[in-house]
Amino acid sequence: MTKKQKHTLYRIVISAVLFVVCTVLKHSGVMGSAEIFVPYLFLVPYLIVGFPVLKKAVINISHGQVFDENFLMCLATIGALCIGEFAEAVFVMLFYQIGDLFESIAVGKSRGSISQLMDICPEYVNIERDGKIEQIDPEEASVGDIIVIKPGEKVPLDARIIEGTSSLNTTALTGESLPLDVAVGDSVINGCININGLLKAEVTKEYSDSTMSKILELVENSAENKAPTENFITKFARYYTPIVVIAAVVLAFVPPFVIGGELTDWVMRALNFLVVSCPCALVISVPLSYFSGIGCASRNGILIKGSNFLESMAKAKTVVFDKTGTLTKGSFFVTEIYPVGMDEDQLIEITALAESYSNHPISLSIRNACKGNIDTSRIEKAEEISGHGVKAVIDGKTVCAGNERMMKEAGCEYEKFGGVGTIIHTSVDEKYAGYIVISDRVKDDSAEAIASLKANGITNTVILSGDKEAAAKKIADEIGIDTVYAELLPGDKVSRLEDIIKEGEGSTVFVGDGINDAPSLTRADVGIAMGALGSDAAIEAADIVLMDDKPSKISVVLKIARKTHSIVQQNIVFALTVKILVLVLSALGMSNMWEAVFADVGVSVIAILNSMRAQRL
Amino acid sequence: MKKSYKLIDLDCANCAAKMETAINKIPGVNKATVSFMTQKLTIDAADDKFDSVVNEAVAAISKVEPDCQVVLK
Repeated sequence: MTKKQKHTLYRIVISAVLFVVCTVLKHSGVMGSAEIFVPYLFLVPYLIVGFPVLKKAVINISHGQVFDENFLMCLATIGALCIGEFAEAVFVMLFYQIGDLFESIAVGKSRGSISQLMDICPEYVNIERDGKIEQIDPEEASVGDIIVIKPGEKVPLDARIIEGTSSLNTTALTGESLPLDVAVGDSVINGCININGLLKAEVTKEYSDSTMSKILELVENSAENKAPTENFITKFARYYTPIVVIAAVVLAFVPPFVIGGELTDWVMRALNFLVVSCPCALVISVPLSYFSGIGCASRNGILIKGSNFLESMAKAKTVVFDKTGTLTKGSFFVTEIYPVGMDEDQLIEITALAESYSNHPISLSIRNACKGNIDTSRIEKAEEISGHGVKAVIDGKTVCAGNERMMKEAGCEYEKFGGVGTIIHTSVDEKYAGYIVISDRVKDDSAEAIASLKANGITNTVILSGDKEAAAKKIADEIGIDTVYAELLPGDKVSRLEDIIKEGEGSTVFVGDGINDAPSLTRADVGIAMGALGSDAAIEAADIVLMDDKPSKISVVLKIARKTHSIVQQNIVFALTVKILVLVLSALGMSNMWEAVFADVGVSVIAILNSMRAQRL
Repeated sequence: MKKSYKLIDLDCANCAAKMETAINKIPGVNKATVSFMTQKLTIDAADDKFDSVVNEAVAAISKVEPDCQVVLK
C-alpha cells in the first residue's frame, strides 16, 4: 500500500469505529435527555472520512468541474444531512471511500503485475574496455562492444556469445519455463537471465534497437489502441453523469408541485440519483479487463499491441497461416533415410563426409543428422560438381552424393523417390548406396495448435504458401488444415487473403513470420507474427507477437481474448442493470440510499474483482 | 513529435478520460492518450507547438485532478 492509501485506510477505520459507537448511542438511549444531540455526533465520523472528498470537491468546483464525482458525493451526503438522515450520510461517505481505496489497491496490483514485465530492463551493462571491466548505462553501449554477463545477471543487450556457455532463463520473454542452453556463436537477447555460466559477448544491436526495448515500447503503447467497447464506455460516461444529475434535479423539484407529496421525500429520492451518477464501475472495469488480458498474454510470451486487437481476436472465425517458419521450423532436416547394402548410420556418415566441405544448408542438415564425429582426415579429395552434387574420395573409395543427374554421371542405377522434399543419392565406387530425404519439418505443436483452434470455434483454417502444391498439401494433411493455396507470389497472398476476408464471417487472423508476410499481416483483422524467428518488418506490421514462435499459442490468445471479452460484457450488463434498477426504484421511492451506495461502490468492487479474473487463463 | 510522460497520483479512471478529452481539444494536438492503467500521458503534437502544448496539457490535468503530477523529463 502506498502512503496515500494507508492514510485513507486509517481514516476509514477510525470513522467506522466512531460510526458504530454513534449508532449504539442512538439506539441504546444511554444519553438520556442529551439524546437530541446524538445525531450531530455522526458529523464527527462524517468529517473524518469525508474531509478529503469535501476538499477535492471544493477545489474542483473552483476549476469548473461540476460533474466531478467528489462533488456529487458531497452533494448527496450533505443533502442527506440536511434532511436529517445522519447515519445514511456517514455510511455513504464511508462506503464511497472504502470503494475508492479498494479500486486503487486493485488497480495498483494489476499494474504491478504488468510492470514486472518492464522490470526486465537492465540497469547497467558490464563492458570490457582495454582489459578492464566497467559498468555503464546500456544506452551508452554500441555495436561491437564486448560485454560480460555474470551468472544471475540479465542479458543487457542483444549480443552474440564469443566465450563461455550457460543456461538462460527466458521466462520473462517467452513464458517458456525450460532454460535455454547457449554456447559460443549463439545469439542472446536482452531480457533473458543468465543462470549459471560466465559469458562474454559482442553487442549486435544498440539498446534502442534491441528486442526488449522494442517490446516494451509496444506494450506501453498498447493503451493507445483502444477497443471499440472501451471507446463506447468513455463516450457513454461523458453523457451518463450529466443526464443522471439533471434527472435528479428534475425529480427533486418537479413532482412535488405536479404530483404532490413532501419535498424532502422527493429530494431524498433525487439524492439517490446523485449517488449512482458516477460511471466508475464501467470506466474502471472495462479498461482494467483489457489491461489484465494483455498482462496475462504477456506472461505467456504473447505481446498484444492494443485492446482493439483483443476484441477482434475474440470474434475470429478464420485463421490463415503462412507455411514456412510459421507452421514449419523453416530449416532443413533429414526426414527419411533409405540405405541400400548398408545401415542408416553408415549411409548418413559417408554422405556427411562427402558433403563436409560444402556450406549449403542441405549439407549442413546431413552433417547435423550424423551421430558420430566427422573425421575429415579420411577424405582424400573432394570436388563440388555444380548442379549435380559432390564427388569425394573417402578411405580410398570414390563417393558420389547428389541429385539424379549426379547418379547418371556416376553411372549407377538409383531408386526413384516419389515423395516431397530434396533428395540426396549416394553411391560408393559406382555402387548405389541409397538416398536421404531432406525436408522442412512441421513444428512439434502445429497439429495440436490446429486441433485446439478448431475446438475453440475456428471454422476455417487456411495455408497460403509460396511453396509447391505437393509440399503444402502434405503439411496441410498432416496437421489438419482445411484449405491450401500454394505456389503464390507475395502479391497473390494479399489478394487471396482479401478474398478470404470477404467470404468469411467473423474476423480473419493471419499468422506469418517473413518480410513478405508484412502486407498480409497489416491487411488481416488481426495479424500475428512469430517474434523470435520473425523478421523485424513482420513484428512491426503485426498486432500480436508470439515470442516463442509456437503456433499453439494462437489458441491461447484466442482463449484470453474470448475470456476478456465476456468479462467486459458481463461487467457492462451487470453495472448498467443494477444502476438502472436502482434509479427506477429510487424514482418510485422504493429504494433508499443504502441500495444506491451498493449500486455505485458495490457494483464497482464486483466489476473490478471480475475484471481481475482476466489476469489468469 | 510524440512523447510520453509518467503521471503520479492519477487516482480515478473517469478523470483520466476527462483529461484525455481536454488535452485532445488543445490546438496542435494530433492525438493524446491518458492511460489510467499505465499511468502515462502520451502526446502526439506538431513539433513547433510541442512545448506550449505540453504546458497546456499539464494545466488541463491539474484542473481535472489537482493532486496529479506530470513528470517532465
